Amino acid sequence: MAQPNPLTTPPPGADTKVVPGHVEHPEAHSGAFPPFETSGFLAQIIWLALAFGLLYYLMDKVALPRIRGILHDRAERLRGDLDKAQAMKAEADAAGVAYETSLRDAQNKARDIAQATRNELAAEAEGKRKALEAELNTKLAASEATIRSRTEAAMGNVRGIAGETASAIVERLTGQAPDQASLNRALDATAH
Amino acid sequence: MAVTIDPIHQFELKSLVPLGHIGHQQLAFTQSALYMFAAVGVIALITIVATSSRAVVPGRIQSLAEIFYEFIDDTVHQATGDQGKKFMPLVFSLFMFVLVLNLFGMIPYAFAVTSHLIITFGLAALVISVVVGYGVYKHGTHFFGLFVPSGVPKPLLAILVPIEVISFISRPISLSVRLFANMLAGHIAMKIFAFFVVQLLLAGAWSVLSPLPLFLTIALTALEFLVAALQAYVFATLTAIYLNDALHPGH
Repeated sequence: MAQPNPLTTPPPGADTKVVPGHVEHPEAHSGAFPPFETSGFLAQIIWLALAFGLLYYLMDKVALPRIRGILHDRAERLRGDLDKAQAMKAEADAAGVAYETSLRDAQNKARDIAQATRNELAAEAEGKRKALEAELNTKLAASEATIRSRTEAAMGNVRGIAGETASAIVERLTGQAPDQASLNRALDATAH
Repeated sequence: MAVTIDPIHQFELKSLVPLGHIGHQQLAFTQSALYMFAAVGVIALITIVATSSRAVVPGRIQSLAEIFYEFIDDTVHQATGDQGKKFMPLVFSLFMFVLVLNLFGMIPYAFAVTSHLIITFGLAALVISVVVGYGVYKHGTHFFGLFVPSGVPKPLLAILVPIEVISFISRPISLSVRLFANMLAGHIAMKIFAFFVVQLLLAGAWSVLSPLPLFLTIALTALEFLVAALQAYVFATLTAIYLNDALHPGH
């Protein structure tokens, strides 16, 4: 050491305490083992009190409230966000359920409408078919009646023609015309 | 060439600004004081400057401050329960102060403030005076029930009470000596092993052995980092445990 250290060099008149194990390097440190050098104790305690007091003040008034605030805010924000997410999820679930319900309603309604339309159309077709059938039936009946009257008329004409033919044949064969009564008898006999 | 070993030199106080003396007491602004204020500055940087943005997503140093906070908060809470919250600033300040000063000591050529018994004793005395002061303020004479274990036969108390008193008085001593001795011994051991490297290198053929103390020095350095952090933690934890006695005296 170039210049004497005022802290490790005891002031004049002070008891020079020499730790036995360290006397071999008097030029490096004259005096006691530094951590036990009592002459610096007061100053060290004063500086410690000042430094630690300042540190305590800063931590107590500034640092710790701020960090506590940061951690608290973060926890609050996380809880808020989670709550919001929960609410949104519930909302989404509700929307899903509503969608499903409305879809099912729409499907049901569509099915009902289709069924109703189908029934209506079927009823209409059935009605038309019945009307047509009835019309056809009446026409059929009319036709049948016409046919029957025509047949009867035709049959009536056949008797007349047969009578005339028979009377003509008999006149040619016998030379005289048969009387009407016998002709009718003969006609009746052949008709059955 | 002679190399002399002086593992003690590193602990010497150096006066930066002499301020005179009172009797035997030298008053000066020493490097020790400078380191203490530097430690306060570094702690303020971590816990105040880095947190000034109050970011919800923290940066690295804010994250560090939060980790320290939560760590000490947990420690205090575990030791003292809910009422211990008011001592959080004290325990946090002690932990950060001791941790940063210990780590400062790990910087080459730096001074380890905590290797001075008066500093560690000052901190331990602060802790014990807070314990006794708060205990008496809060519980009055009931606080001294701390020394009387409950459920013990009267004759045994004659033996147990002195033991409890002695164990209580030894607390500030053990608290301060533990930290001081760890730092002192660690730094001396590192210095000595590092010195062996130099000595072996200058010893001709023996220099082939010089890597051995080098590896030891490296291992010791790693160990000293562990010790630096661990002793700060031990100091903070014991402080919290002692404060618990002030909050809840009686066994």
